[in-house]
Amino acid sequence: MNKIIKYVLYDIVRNKIVVAYTLFLLLLSIGLFNLGGSPEKGLLSLLNLVLLTVPLISIVFGTTHFYNSYEFMELLVSQPIKRSKIFMSEYWGVSLSLSAAFLIGVGIPVLLFAPSATGLYLVLTGVFITFIFVALAFLASVITRDKAKGIGIALLLWFYFALIYDGIVLFILYSFADYPLEYATLALTALNPVDLGRVMVLLNLDISAMMGYTGALYKSIFGSMWGIGIALVVMVLWVLVPLMTSRRAFKRRDV
Amino acid sequence: MKNLSKYIVVWTACALVWLLGSPVALGDTLKVCNTCEYHSVKEAVNKAKAGDVVLVDGGVYKESGIEINKPISLIGRNNPVIDGQNSGQIITIKSSNVKVEGFTVQNVAVSYMRDDAAIRVADHENIQILNNTVLNTYFGIYIQNADNSVVKGNVVRGQSTGKIESALGNAIHVWRTDGVEVSNNRVEGHRDGIYFEYVTNSLINENISERNNRYGLHFMFSDGNVYTRNIFRKNGAGVAVMYTRNIRMEHNTFEDNWGASAYGLLLKDISQSVILNNTFRRNTTGIYMESSSRLHIENNDFDRNGWAIRLLASCIQDTFRLNNFTGNSFDVSTNGSPTMNLFEHNYWDKYNGYDLDKNKIGDVPYRPVSLYSMLVERVPPSVMFMRSFMVDMMDSIERVLPSFIPESLVDERPLMKKVNHDNDRKLVQNLR
Repeated sequence: MNKIIKYVLYDIVRNKIVVAYTLFLLLLSIGLFNLGGSPEKGLLSLLNLVLLTVPLISIVFGTTHFYNSYEFMELLVSQPIKRSKIFMSEYWGVSLSLSAAFLIGVGIPVLLFAPSATGLYLVLTGVFITFIFVALAFLASVITRDKAKGIGIALLLWFYFALIYDGIVLFILYSFADYPLEYATLALTALNPVDLGRVMVLLNLDISAMMGYTGALYKSIFGSMWGIGIALVVMVLWVLVPLMTSRRAFKRRDV
Repeated sequence: MKNLSKYIVVWTACALVWLLGSPVALGDTLKVCNTCEYHSVKEAVNKAKAGDVVLVDGGVYKESGIEINKPISLIGRNNPVIDGQNSGQIITIKSSNVKVEGFTVQNVAVSYMRDDAAIRVADHENIQILNNTVLNTYFGIYIQNADNSVVKGNVVRGQSTGKIESALGNAIHVWRTDGVEVSNNRVEGHRDGIYFEYVTNSLINENISERNNRYGLHFMFSDGNVYTRNIFRKNGAGVAVMYTRNIRMEHNTFEDNWGASAYGLLLKDISQSVILNNTFRRNTTGIYMESSSRLHIENNDFDRNGWAIRLLASCIQDTFRLNNFTGNSFDVSTNGSPTMNLFEHNYWDKYNGYDLDKNKIGDVPYRPVSLYSMLVERVPPSVMFMRSFMVDMMDSIERVLPSFIPESLVDERPLMKKVNHDNDRKLVQNLR
């Protein structure tokens, strides 16, 4: 398995997209930290950016990579190697290279400019989101053989998690405004990894104290070790569920 | 005739000198210390005649129930400590023209029936309470019906941690008094830092009120007061001004009042008042306004608050000019559509209009109420979606084509640059 991961990584580094992605993130984070007055402001702007670009790039890159390495995978399938091993190696290769890019591009500037618990949460969220969206990309890729269709599904998934989901939830909240919605909202945020990551970082920033009664309530939940622990478990579930589903599909599929 | 008039002048002059000088000239000094004639403050106070000075030297005096019922000065040298040992009120003033200065007064137990205080003034005028330290008491300094009194330079410090609101008294409590001056005090760890009820024409100056369980300053039915250059910090619910008129609030700092129900400044049923040159920093809500009318809110800084201003629909004819709004999560929010309030020449850091004619005033109006802030007002849990991309998009669209946000809340002439309140006098004058 290690050998396959090595080949996948080698392949990814060679096509330079990941290097460009690293440089893009690095430039962006250093720029944002130097632009905003306080490191906290920098973190906030970075958060918005991370939550928009990292899922997009992870999911698009994951999908295209999967389709581009079809021939390689076909070659491997003809060898006496288990299919799940091939699939997992591909997954590890992509997600590790993208998270390494993220760690260098965002992790190092955060460490330099805003070394705090909140910064750690931001980096952690970014890494989790990379893993989650690569898993979703692979899920989109195993659903259909058609590359264009696969990328379409991937983009739709990104669009759903980054934009549409929040709109739907806000609409639901507005429609049921007369009911106590505190815990329902909490559950609804857990159903979207992007929201979960955002809330986790936001509630550990100072501004959480500014959000009134509800903000204080959520802060008491997310500020505690318990809340963070549960959020992390949910994140792990968000990696595992699409990954296991797509692995099953890959194993059963007639390539 | 000439002789007679000269005689009258001399006589009057003598009489005047005698009248003015009498308290000083006639007063004895009674000394209290371990080796003096008196060993207890109470004994000396009881022996003293009107106009005397009771001078207490350093040391610990375990006494309570000291009652001052004649015009004397009780003065502490070398920081004497009067320890009440939780056995009731320590100093009770029942005479006019009394001065208490330079003591440390400590340990008064909670008493729900009598509201025991370290120093209490009841129904007499011209009292001066200066430079005392009051530690660990139920009520600190309690003034009722004592016109023209001065409370200055005191430190009142209690233990509010872990106590519920009803088990705490106020640090400086003033009730039904005219022309009192409360200045340069430092109050912390009580229920309300400074409490004013039915107090008129008074001055609250340069106090620091922090870490109180409820309000840093609590104002009820108190008209015509001025408070300037105070600092209110980390109080449970900030500062409350209710049911009053003709208040001047200037150069105060309200900061770090955080929490589920914390306000920098809570205004309820107040009218015809001015709020100038204050700083509101890092509060959950900078100013919360309910049923408040004809207020002038000018030259204030609102920096990094959750809500800079919450203007409820019951407010009318309030003017907001030349304020700076920077780094607030929400600039203005409301629960309906307040009418006849004027926003003009404020600086909003979220403003993204342009200034073609270079007169430092934006050419496009700014709407400080965002759609999202209205949504949060209606559905508080939606605060979870703060800084979500969807929310930002919604707000931008609403700003371009307003349909939900109140039409009337708009700054037609927003400033392009932050107002520097000290240096920009010229700009300000031009705009006036």
